[in-house]
Amino acid sequence: MSMDINTVHKVARLAALDIDDAGAEKIAPQLSNILGFIEQLSEVNTEGVEPLANVVDIELALRKDEITDGDCREKVLANAPEETQGFFVVPKVVEQES
Amino acid sequence: MSDLTHLTIAEALKGLENKDFTSVELTEAHIKAGEAAKDLNCYITETPDQAMEMAKASDAKRASGQTGILEGIPLAIKDLFCTEGVQTTAASHILEGFVPQYESTVTANLFGEGAVMLGKANLDEFAMGSSNTTSYFGNVINPWRAEDGADRTPGGSSGGSASAVAARIAMGATGTDTGGSIRQPAAFCGIAGVKPTYGRCSRWGTVAFASSLDQAGTFARTVEDNALMLRAMSGHDPKDSTSAQHAVPDFAAAMTGDIKGLKVGIPKEYRVDGMPAEIEALWQKGIEWLKGEGAEIVDVSLPHTKYALPTYYIIAPAEASSNLARYDGVKYGYRADESQLSDMYKKTRAEGFGDEVKRRIMIGAYVLSAGYYDAYYIKAQQVRRQILNDFLEAYKQCDVLLTPTAPSSAFVIGENEDDPIKMYLNDVFTVPASLAGLPGMSVPAGLDAAGLPLGLQLISKPWDEEMLFKVGGVIEKCANFSALPQDLIKKAA
Repeated sequence: MSMDINTVHKVARLAALDIDDAGAEKIAPQLSNILGFIEQLSEVNTEGVEPLANVVDIELALRKDEITDGDCREKVLANAPEETQGFFVVPKVVEQES
Repeated sequence: MSDLTHLTIAEALKGLENKDFTSVELTEAHIKAGEAAKDLNCYITETPDQAMEMAKASDAKRASGQTGILEGIPLAIKDLFCTEGVQTTAASHILEGFVPQYESTVTANLFGEGAVMLGKANLDEFAMGSSNTTSYFGNVINPWRAEDGADRTPGGSSGGSASAVAARIAMGATGTDTGGSIRQPAAFCGIAGVKPTYGRCSRWGTVAFASSLDQAGTFARTVEDNALMLRAMSGHDPKDSTSAQHAVPDFAAAMTGDIKGLKVGIPKEYRVDGMPAEIEALWQKGIEWLKGEGAEIVDVSLPHTKYALPTYYIIAPAEASSNLARYDGVKYGYRADESQLSDMYKKTRAEGFGDEVKRRIMIGAYVLSAGYYDAYYIKAQQVRRQILNDFLEAYKQCDVLLTPTAPSSAFVIGENEDDPIKMYLNDVFTVPASLAGLPGMSVPAGLDAAGLPLGLQLISKPWDEEMLFKVGGVIEKCANFSALPQDLIKKAA
């Protein structure tokens, strides 16, 4: 199966990746090639096979519902590209009237 | 003092105990060797000052009668493990400048047992690659060279780790293995490497790529050294829900040399088209060695082997696309300068991630998207179970599997770059065990005609790493691999 330019743009939107038409043109055949490769799986008869999500027999452990962490605001913010007064700062999200 | 860098970890531990030298001297020798081998680009961040501090502290600790499993041993740490106060990049522009405020469990365990950190080793970006050519911080060079003298890949993704250990600028190194990222570079660099059972080492504090596959492991020049390192870094961790409760055995104690009556399975599906005759011949040699030591050779079949790579290239990108969603320019790492939030996200990710990472994120987003999820992702999980079942069936007839580690020796940097699928085929022998969560080891077993190292792979049952060390030790003894990388021979001359 090949991935057309529209699909590339759709997937890029899902993945929050900025891509222009030239970039989409370039990556489309590469992604199509990979899709062609993974489509080999359609030959395998998987009827009735339970999907495998976790390879090892580990039962997820429960722990007491208590606070084990916290009081480390400075550490949480230490790598923020921008922060002020204990908050992460992002560009304005309110739509502007044009 | 330069010969200190040629010691094994086990030898160095004896020397430290006998007061032949100190950890400060041992560490200094490795820092100096590293300075002379900068052209290999093994490290993204070197930490010589911290290393000397740690070595001093270790010497003091030893003097007070406390000695950890790796007391005073200088190691390289793959730059995928978060290290408190030391930049951790995953070899990505998007994490450049990120300084973790916490220590990963694996490195905390190693440091707790006395290990000294020399620096953060280079890798493929987010551990996605098989040649260490996707790093934002440049290619790593393998110290092994053929007659052409060309720069060869150390393999990937843990290329810096493997190259550093082979070049004798670190005694051992941590790696992570998602589809072969320890075993393939170990083979390319003529050293031993171990990926333990999924769940043996905590994933906490390790930058995530594909969470159901990622597993930390070891590189060192001998099988025994890997056993020491693995013991030091393993163990249950309540902070990783998939970390196992199993007790950590003394892996080195399993190296008894006695493999009489053990059943070694040879999977016929690993005889792939186009595999070089030298690798086939080395595999045969490995079979003869184990037979000669009293093991029984059993032919087994793993019928879904050819579907392992396509399965991996659905599951790993799917998990990667979810894991890498966290890089949005808000909490840490690179941020593009944009005045609108949604533009900032998209530009940050477009500028921060490299091409291979973007390809995998997009494949992952595609196979998880509405209308395709069942056809790709669920289908891959079903085939994954069939691959696991193949192994479980084979283990009814044998104790361990023997295969080549990789279908070629180290290739020249730039080869296989034109087509992602060609690069993916490097992992044809390592990916199936990753999908099944099984422990695997690569042991250096010989050189090809060009003088480049080749490895043999052992795959054992879940939680039976001891079998790897037992059989790996025997292969190591029979192979008697003592060749040095051409770069080192040149330097000594």
